[in-house]
Amino acid sequence: MPMQLASTEITSRTAAIVQEMKGLEGPLLPILHGIQEEFGHVPQDALPVIAEALNISRAEVHGVVTFYHDYRSHPAGRHVLKVCQAEACQSMGSDAVAAKLKQLLGIGFHETTRDGSVTLEPVYCLGLCACAPAAMLDGQVIGRLDDEKLDEIVAEVRS
Amino acid sequence: MIPRIYIPGDSGALALGAEKVAKAIAKELAERGVEAKIVRNGSRGAYFLEPMVEVATANGRVAYGPVKPADVKGLFDCGFLTGGHHKRWLGAPDKIPFLARQTRLTFARCGINDPLSLDAYKSLGGLKGLQNAVAMAPADIVRQVTESGLRGRGGAGFPTGIKWKTVLDTTADRKYIVCNADEGDSATFADRMIMEGDPFVLIEGMAIAGIATGATKGFVYIRSEYPHAVAVMKKAVEIARMSGVLGVNVLGSPNAFDMEIRVGAGAYVCGEETSLLNSLEGKRGVVRAKPPLPAIQGLFGKPTVINNVISLASVPIIMDRGAAFYRDFGMGRSRGTIPIQIAGNVKNAGLFEAGFGMTLGEIVDDIGGGTATGRPVKAVQVGGPLGAYFPRALFDTPFDYEAFAARDGLIGHAGITVFDDTADMLKQARFAMEFCAIESCGKCTPCRIGSTRGVETIDRIARGIEPEKNIALVTDLCQTMKFGSLCALGGFTPYPVMSALNHFREDFKPAPVAEAAE
Repeated sequence: MPMQLASTEITSRTAAIVQEMKGLEGPLLPILHGIQEEFGHVPQDALPVIAEALNISRAEVHGVVTFYHDYRSHPAGRHVLKVCQAEACQSMGSDAVAAKLKQLLGIGFHETTRDGSVTLEPVYCLGLCACAPAAMLDGQVIGRLDDEKLDEIVAEVRS
Repeated sequence: MIPRIYIPGDSGALALGAEKVAKAIAKELAERGVEAKIVRNGSRGAYFLEPMVEVATANGRVAYGPVKPADVKGLFDCGFLTGGHHKRWLGAPDKIPFLARQTRLTFARCGINDPLSLDAYKSLGGLKGLQNAVAMAPADIVRQVTESGLRGRGGAGFPTGIKWKTVLDTTADRKYIVCNADEGDSATFADRMIMEGDPFVLIEGMAIAGIATGATKGFVYIRSEYPHAVAVMKKAVEIARMSGVLGVNVLGSPNAFDMEIRVGAGAYVCGEETSLLNSLEGKRGVVRAKPPLPAIQGLFGKPTVINNVISLASVPIIMDRGAAFYRDFGMGRSRGTIPIQIAGNVKNAGLFEAGFGMTLGEIVDDIGGGTATGRPVKAVQVGGPLGAYFPRALFDTPFDYEAFAARDGLIGHAGITVFDDTADMLKQARFAMEFCAIESCGKCTPCRIGSTRGVETIDRIARGIEPEKNIALVTDLCQTMKFGSLCALGGFTPYPVMSALNHFREDFKPAPVAEAAE
């Protein structure tokens, strides 16, 4: 995907998504999910298009986009690694897991490596609490993280 | 008969390598020229044995687990397709002690078959509850659910039948059934397991709720952290629609009911019912003040039943076997069964469905087998991030809504996180406040500001700055949050904080200087 999309292209692709989902009851979240899937984030240029189609203010759309943790204002790295930091994973050493990943990748939470290969994020529960500590790499679930698995993850995102 | 091999496709099993095992088995079958059918079932919930592979033999199912890809060749060599002995051999799955000791009502079918096979669902008693319901008057369905004693399994424990009655008695041109599948509490995975392992039971429960209350449209709001559950539920809804379970004539009756799967966007607070409704409407997931109750003015201002996944998934068996059958399990005012999720630092981690009334000690020590690390249990948090930390001294507490409330705790969604003696309870108390600050919707001050001030004050205690004064301040702050917050996020964050303070006061003593610097 090119780094910079022309705003006209964003507008037209957004309009297509909005058109497809406008008929749903409460369409805004499905539309935003669709836009994030399309662009990898929710571009500013998409907001007026949505606002106009749904007959709500641009501020309202902005308010919704910024309320939810999932919607990104900028594209993520090629891989997204979410590491669970909730209690069940804490009890199995998720603090150490996070520290090791930060060290291996050279970034903190909510950051992307300079080469754009991976974005590291905390997540509060993946429902893998009986297989703690757990993580999700691009939607793929990984449980009982240990040093070996962490090295594998890092090798995969670097390749 | 072609042998059948069952390999779970449940995300917990996948997280432990089930996909690699499935590939290894498929490869081995091809190399040996053996014909067999691989079925991807859900999980039975014994995660300490996952990936658990089962084989259907002439003498019934035989289980093996936990199976690693490296075990696969050996399994074939030992003749596992006919139940041959191997170091991973577990015998008949329903005889495995962890599973044999359970009372499976809601999870009766979970993990046995392909979750998307409606025929398999029907072969194990599925749709019987809905068949009974379509022949009944709405008020009679509501009465049966009320008499079963079923209470909301999401955490609040409100009687399901009474909620339904309010919706039934409210006149409107349109009503909704909303299933809260925003299972955000750490240590809970029951909703995920049922959606991935037996999705039709939830669809059946929602259709019954629709018929009982006059609602024709249902939504399942699933958190975005559960992509596998979303995928299974979407397919299951399509299958149900094609087979006439959903649609304008539910099971050929004059009742119409259809449903949609919606995905959340990573906000914990949307597990709170009014915030979830706002989110479904496409708004910020901000909590609404009650009244009006959602049962009277819910989704889009219409009367709405909003129930947790497990509450709705427990309805089919009540409609199939009767209110008395369900009510006979349990204790006190907690009737029926509860899927207890044993998680964290515990040897036998997994889902254990049982009648209410087991003690916390039985669950943690006996069923759970103590910690995974082998160290002593220090604390268990019951009910997710808003639940209290219980010390060993309170392990005689029976699993019952009222008994937990009497000890300043809550059952919540019945998740239990076990911590060993390396846990630092001040750190856990701080995390509770921090989590509340991250996830607060911002509508009410005690939650929005209180949580941030809570983190700061606990940090001062950790640094040894006027500890007594600051402990008194945290206690006072907790009182304000408990009684001044609009919803359970701000209102219940004091449970983990105060329980950590009250039961583990030694962890709040000033730390030695070297540690305080970190």
